[in-house]
Order: sequence, then structure tokens, then C-alpha cells
Amino acid sequence: MPRTSRHARELAVVAFAQSDHRRRTDELSEVELVMPVLHEVLAATGLKAGEIGFTCSGSSDYLAGRAFSFTMTLDGVGAWPPISESHVEMDGAWALYEAWVKIQTGEADTALVYAYGKSSPGPVRDVLTRQLDPYYLAPLWPDSVALAALQAQALIDAGDTDEPALAAIGARSRAAAGTNPHAQLRGTLPQGDYQVRPLRTGDCPPIGDGAAAVILAAGDTARRLCGRPAWITGIDHRIEAHGLGLRDLTDSPSTRIAAEHAGVFEQPVDTAELHAPFSSQEVVLRKALGLGDTVAVNPSGGTLAANPIMAAGLIRIGEAAARIHRGESDRAVAHATSGPCLQQNLVAVLEGDPR
Amino acid sequence: MTAASPPEVLRAPLVVEFPFTRSLGPVQSAFLTGLRERVVLGVQTADGTVMVPPLEYDPVTAEELRELVEVAPTGTVTTFAWNDHPRPNQPLDTPFAWVLVRLDGAGTALLHALDAPGPDAVRTGMRVRIRWAAERVGAITDIACFEPYDGPVAPAREPAPHDGGFADPVTGIIAPARLDYTYSPGRAQTAYINALAERRSVGERCPSCHKVYVPPRGACPTCGVATTDRVEVGPAGTVTTFCIVNIKAKNLDIEVPYVYAHIALDGAGLALHGRIGGIPYDQVRMGLRVEPVWTEGGRYPDHYRPTGEPDADYDAYKELI
Repeated sequence: MPRTSRHARELAVVAFAQSDHRRRTDELSEVELVMPVLHEVLAATGLKAGEIGFTCSGSSDYLAGRAFSFTMTLDGVGAWPPISESHVEMDGAWALYEAWVKIQTGEADTALVYAYGKSSPGPVRDVLTRQLDPYYLAPLWPDSVALAALQAQALIDAGDTDEPALAAIGARSRAAAGTNPHAQLRGTLPQGDYQVRPLRTGDCPPIGDGAAAVILAAGDTARRLCGRPAWITGIDHRIEAHGLGLRDLTDSPSTRIAAEHAGVFEQPVDTAELHAPFSSQEVVLRKALGLGDTVAVNPSGGTLAANPIMAAGLIRIGEAAARIHRGESDRAVAHATSGPCLQQNLVAVLEGDPR
Repeated sequence: MTAASPPEVLRAPLVVEFPFTRSLGPVQSAFLTGLRERVVLGVQTADGTVMVPPLEYDPVTAEELRELVEVAPTGTVTTFAWNDHPRPNQPLDTPFAWVLVRLDGAGTALLHALDAPGPDAVRTGMRVRIRWAAERVGAITDIACFEPYDGPVAPAREPAPHDGGFADPVTGIIAPARLDYTYSPGRAQTAYINALAERRSVGERCPSCHKVYVPPRGACPTCGVATTDRVEVGPAGTVTTFCIVNIKAKNLDIEVPYVYAHIALDGAGLALHGRIGGIPYDQVRMGLRVEPVWTEGGRYPDHYRPTGEPDADYDAYKELI
């Protein structure tokens, strides 16, 4: 039994797989990118596609520049006979949330959640401006790095960090990725020039393509499918006001509220997989989640080492779960974000059975 | 950096362009019309905070907001970011600072660009003022940018109430967007397109259910496995079903009525679609045997025409309709 469960049904991540994340994957269509990951995660549990109770995916048409691009990836699922399926035009972490709800309602006992991002076809910094408020922001085309840089400067002005501290976050992340064969950037890398000051290349995520998948299962099904299930004992997501000028960019109240509702603060965590595409955002998230120095933050290398947009948040949950599966963590917090400057945040607590 | 993709993968420019037409509510209409008239309006919340730019609903209480007030065109930078490499469409094409500016009289900040000589000339807390665009239409870009301002601080006063009324108010905006992509169709579709250039059609067979997909997308949607076994199909095929098109499409040089059909190429496990030519539209029928017609330099069949063979038996294609 998990130590604490605040929800109707026990529910765990029982398998996780991800692609190697690369700068370009021109030789792969969406389904060709996703399918090996689907096969890997199914093989880990021994489940066939037809045995999955619910399938949910996350992606964004704006990355590929094509309408309904996600429908192509359904070819890789094996959708005949017809399956129960859904899609979110968001990071796969929110697809996982939908699957979590589906299992909590008793409509399904297992779920396949997958996500992918092919950022390489388009100018991703410009593409992401199209998610902004269309009246006051989008006409100015403020790119994703610029908005993160405004947040970074606000943190520096507030005394929460400085440029050397930000550089240390980038260096630590990419060093940690040395043991992650899927990461796009590994090992020691130069901090580089300013992209938008005060953020340098090393403070910004790489642009790349990749995919990830997890399988969720309830109760005894989870125990049957996995030696040490990663029980999701709490999960919540919150959003802040759309206008950047309305927010205190040095804080993330939505992350803090989601964490409270997920039970993060009830017991210590040993691992945190944080979806912080920019080094400065890790500073904000550490503060919001109250993480101390004893917590292993982004042992996978995090988003600074690989950032397949729309999959990167799901990967945080998958990486946290995989550490529990391997016995390297007992209680982990996983975080996913969406929108500029940490606008929306999802927090999940994952726990392993006592050893 | 990873190795470059294999050279045989096709790539082509893909431009996505959309002019979104958006209507404005009373508050946004007053704000954007005000910019056209060099007047900056905010909206007052129940607790007295003035939001600039204004929203129609309080983000905390969700209460409707309608109390407009005029604020000053001068303000204070609350945070900034120096942009050495302006990107297309951004407000200035020379290096500039992104800034959040709290205008005098406002309690929230507005995002825009600041024209300054260099990063050392910008700091949080600096005073700035609006530089208006020469031609203003009622859009956020009517503010060309901000510029440093060392003039006197306006005497402290309450923001002045404003009725939001202007002659010829702006009621909508057109938000054009253009994004330039490079499309790559992936391995399976590249092979299909390359074969078409040689006037051949290739499909891929599912190793599990043995169905042949044309055009191939790399996966069998029934079995969820990769289709890697390449199969040449056609060139002839059978019309499995069709429709008669009576509406002339824009930019399409085809006389109506014409026939658009599903065509199962010989050896294929499903039908693709194409136009039927070389036969009066009202004589096209299910079971008609057709073959592709390429035009000079065409990379795919322009249309399909009857082969002259006897029609196929219904039983031969009924599974492919």
C-alpha cells in the first residue's frame, strides 16, 4: 500500500520510455518518431495495445505547422478495434492528468499516455509567440527566450540569483545528463553568449525533437505489471493570470498551490524532476516547492539537456517514476509547466512502497 | 550536435499564414482606440488598482470591470531584457530592450520595447515614456516603443476617470501571423514521393496483417507496427466510389462538373483519391478500370483515365470501399 493516498483509487506509473532527443529528425514522420517509444513502453508491461483501457496524447500543431498532426501518431497505437482515446493540445503531463481522472472515475484500469514534439521544422521561438494574448502581446512577437529573460532579470533584481548562479544550474544539469543516454546535450558545455541578456546559451534549452510514453495502472493491476510501482499519491495543476505585467515573475504561486494540493509538503521528497526550460525558472520552482539542498534536482539533466516541447513535462513525471522503479527514490516530486514564464504548473507526488 | 539527417530525405518550405480577425469588447476597444488618439487608458479594479493594459474581468475575483481611467504616457521600468538580435516582426529592428513598464497612475505593467543605445543604458527603475507610431490604427503597435525619459515626474494625482468614448471607435483587430517551416515528410512518404517522380507508385505492407498501404505513412494503423516491406502497386486501379463536384474551387483550373474518386490501385489494400478524366462525368461508375495520367514535369498523376478494360467485379473491390 502506498503510504498516503488522497484519492479514490490507487494509481501508479508502471512503465516509462522516451526517444533519444535530437536537434532534427527529418527522416522521421510523427508516427515514425512515436512508434518505437510506444512499443517499448508496452513491452515493459507485456500489455497489448488492445488491452489498454484509455489512450491520451499531448502535442501541438503549431510545432509541426500542420493541422491535426496528432492524428498521424494514432497509426502507431493500433487503433483497431476502436479504442477509447483523447488528445490535449498541451504537454503530455496534462494528457496524463486526463488519464488519471479517467482511471479515478473507474472508467479504465490502465492508460497509455504519450507525447511528442517536433520543434525542428519551424522557428520555435517565434512559433511560441502565437500562444500569447493576441491583443496586447502577440502583435509584438516577444519570443520565448525574451520572456524568460525578463523573468531572469526580475530574479536578479530581487536578489534571488545572479548570472554565476544561473550558469551553475546549467552546468549541473548538463553534467547530470552525462548518465542519460537520451539527452540531447551532455557533459561539460560552455555557457556561451547572451541570447537575450541576462540569459546565455547555457541558460536556455536546446531545440529538439523527441517523444515519450508512460503506462498508468490502478491498484493490483499496477502491482502485477511492475515490481515497484511509482504511486501517484497526489496531483494538481493551476494557472495564473495571463498578463505578464500582472504577475510577480519571481514567484510561482500556482506551483505552490498545486504542490499543497498534491501533498508535497506533508513529507520530505528525495527527488525533484522540474520542468524548468530556463535556468532562472529552476530558481523560481525551488522557492515555490521549498526544495532544500538534500533533494536531487533534475538528476536526468532536466529540460536544459533535452527539451522536446510538449513531451518535456511528461518526461519529468516519467523520470521521477523511473527512479522509484529502480529503487533510487522513495518519494519524488514531478513538475510540468506550460506557457510563458511558468504560467501553468502541474505538480505530482510519486511514492514507492517501503523497502 | 547530432549528425545531419540522411541526404535522401525530402524537404520543402511550408508557409503557414493566417489573418485572425478578432472583435474587441468595450474595454479593449476603448484602450486600443485610445492609443490611436495618444491616450492611454487603464481599468480600475474593486480594490482601486489600475490595470494597464486593461482587462475586462478582474483576474482574481472574475468581476466584470468597466471603470476606465486615463494614465500618463510616462512610467517606470519594472524589469527588462536586452535583445541584441531582434527577430522578424519585433517592434524595432535594431538592438533594443524588452521592458515591463508601469505607467504613472497604473498598478500593473505593460510589455513593450525600449529603444536605448545599449544594455548599460537600461536598468530596472529607469524612467521612460511612450514614443508614438507615426501612423496609428488602434493596435498595441501604435506604441512604436518606449524611450528613456529624464523629464519631471508628473505631479502626483489620481488617475482621471475617462468615459472611453471616442469618435470612430476601433471594434476589432486583424492579427496577421506568418510562420515559415521546413517540412520533411519522413522516411515512408519520402520513398513514396520519390517513386512518383519516376511515375511509379509504391506502398508498404504490414508485416502482421499483410495489408498494403498506399500512400504509406510508415505504420499500420490497425496493428500499430512499422510497415517496412515496400511493394510496387498499380499503375492501373479500380474506382471504388466517387462523387461529382459542381463547385469551382478558387485557384483551381478544372472545369466543373468533374469526378473525384476513390481508386484502389492494383495490389493496394486501400483506396487513394484522385480526379477522373477522359470520360464524361456522368459515365463514371464504380468498378471502372483507370490508369494514371502524368502531365509534363508533373510529380504526381494529374488525373486518372479509363483503361478500356471491362469493369471489375464488385466482389473484387468491395472490401476497399
